[in-house]
Amino acid sequence: MGDDDQHITEVGGTGVPIPGDDVDTDQILPAKFMKEVTFDNMADYLFYDARRDDDGEFNDHPLNRFEGANIAVVNQNFGCGSSREHAPQAMMRWGIDGVVGESYAEIFRDNCKSLGIPAVTADHETVTTLQEWIEANPDGDIEIDVEDATVTYGDRAVDVEITDAMQEALVEGIWDTTALMYSNMSKVERTVADLPYV
Amino acid sequence: MSQNTLYDKVWEKHKVAELPNGQDQLFIGLHLVHEVTSPQAFAMIEERDMEIAYPERTFATTDHIAPTEADKRERPLTDQQSEEMLSALERNTAENGITFFGFESGKQGITHVVAPELGLSQPGMTVACGDSHTATHGAFGSIGVGVGTSQIRDILATGCIAADKQKVRRIEVEGSLGEGVSAKDIILKIIQDLGVDGGVGHVYEYGGPAIRELDMEGRLAVCNMSIEGGARAGYINPDETTYDYLRGREYVPEGEAFEELKSYWESVRSDEDAEYDDVVTVNVADIDPLVTWGINPGQVVEVSQPVPAPEDFEARSDREAAEQALEHMDLEAGQSMLGYDVDVAFLGTCTNGRVTDFRRATEVLEGRQVADGVRALAVPGSETVRQRCEEEGLDEVFIDAGFQWRRAGCSMCLAMNEDSLEGDEVCASSSNRNFIGRQGSKDGRTVLMSPAMVAAAAVEGEVTDCRRFFEDSAHSLTADDVSEVAD
Repeated sequence: MGDDDQHITEVGGTGVPIPGDDVDTDQILPAKFMKEVTFDNMADYLFYDARRDDDGEFNDHPLNRFEGANIAVVNQNFGCGSSREHAPQAMMRWGIDGVVGESYAEIFRDNCKSLGIPAVTADHETVTTLQEWIEANPDGDIEIDVEDATVTYGDRAVDVEITDAMQEALVEGIWDTTALMYSNMSKVERTVADLPYV
Repeated sequence: MSQNTLYDKVWEKHKVAELPNGQDQLFIGLHLVHEVTSPQAFAMIEERDMEIAYPERTFATTDHIAPTEADKRERPLTDQQSEEMLSALERNTAENGITFFGFESGKQGITHVVAPELGLSQPGMTVACGDSHTATHGAFGSIGVGVGTSQIRDILATGCIAADKQKVRRIEVEGSLGEGVSAKDIILKIIQDLGVDGGVGHVYEYGGPAIRELDMEGRLAVCNMSIEGGARAGYINPDETTYDYLRGREYVPEGEAFEELKSYWESVRSDEDAEYDDVVTVNVADIDPLVTWGINPGQVVEVSQPVPAPEDFEARSDREAAEQALEHMDLEAGQSMLGYDVDVAFLGTCTNGRVTDFRRATEVLEGRQVADGVRALAVPGSETVRQRCEEEGLDEVFIDAGFQWRRAGCSMCLAMNEDSLEGDEVCASSSNRNFIGRQGSKDGRTVLMSPAMVAAAAVEGEVTDCRRFFEDSAHSLTADDVSEVAD
């Protein structure tokens, strides 16, 4: 592990504000679209219901207005509900490379880490200011510096929080944990040998 | 930092190594697999030319897409995508030596119903599944965590996940439940008190007199909805209720082997002087049955209470959520949920799809009829549950009352099969989530409640206090009682 292309020190691009607290995974990726055995088409289903009006036409949902964005800016407890990785997979495949938010549901954040998507946090004011800035500057660049835990946009740079586990995993390129944990298989066997129920 | 809690002990026992990013590599003792979140993980394993590390610790069944009408379970399934998912699971489990409980096995059902009833879930284990309701298994005194598909790949390949150890919050549940009030009401009360994100960063240890008094099926319902409170895992220390439940189950050893395991189970209980990161107390002595009025499980009231107004909430986010909820549910602040019309009654799921849940509902339904115009579904959590209910004749009570008696699956909890709300239908539901769109229609409206409350709502065609159907209950409420409260 630790191939060069696995190191994620910074991500950037234009932004998309996805306002609202407790945005759940049933909104992000409705269950009816999980009946596929691959994640290939998930981008098409991202916020499927929320993005459409009653006639099935695209409405003014931010994802429709900020097509091509790379950084999603969200509020509190984003990604709550189900454990479906379909949700961050859909975001990633739609083009999202990083998320700035007030807070995340834990499984959602873990899933982001597994996919190499930095999910950083900041306070309410910082986040809403950034969301407003995006509305005013749809073509403006936002950069998340994972190593320094900062977000830069316009002429501003703000400090953000990132969990140590996510920061290390992304910067060191060890966010794909399968091979990393596989290298410990002899230790796994010792742990298992000591479990009375196995 | 917590010390000597069950969580600390079970974590230590399963910790393999500390990873370079500070997370722990944790061995998973029981890996449950279903058709929706696993095919991508099996594909990743194949791409990497890896093997399944612990097939004998891995068990699969089909639940999310399972048709619940008997004649729709013929293969190939009518729905092509569902057939493809099911076939992929059959192939992946067969090729890798993983036990699969399919339709023909007689044991198929929702992972979180099947594993407990077969004795696969036991105290002192770590349990993982690509499903957020894996917290359910904590009812035995295990650590159950929901994982994403990349983590399923990790478990398939190494038997392990990379995990952060959480804080431990002890929730002391005091008081004794009144007649007609159930485990579901306890967990809804806890989520009302602590919020839908109150448990983020924590696991919940449920204890106290009200929890001790619960049977295993009640405990499973409580732990099941830990994630609805933001806690990735929730558990209850094992005791005689736990051991009595486990004795004699298919995957539980007998005789001396049982006693040996039991001493391990006893050893992982939280110590008397265990340290918790925090302790909160919830008193359930006088609570009425609870129902949700909104679009997340924290938007819930005792049925005696009026629906709150947005300005009743301190936090800006709660006020905004309340406004959105009132609009979606077509409710006014101050209104009572009593008398709220329902179109559909749905009984089942990994929260309340067990034998005692169906028994409780039949106490209400015996000799009564589902109201005109109400579509009522009883969907056993597993085929084992279905057979057991049928042995007891419960199916006939449901059918006589006008319920459809179905085969096992997740069904209308998330509508990945044919069972779905239509338009803006209102569903009285024993499930766990009332998110917008959750039950298959973006305008559909979900009111979460206990099984007895679902049965009562089915009979009346509106939300009603189930206690009026129980003899000797002094507590049944009508909408008039509530408007007085509201005034």
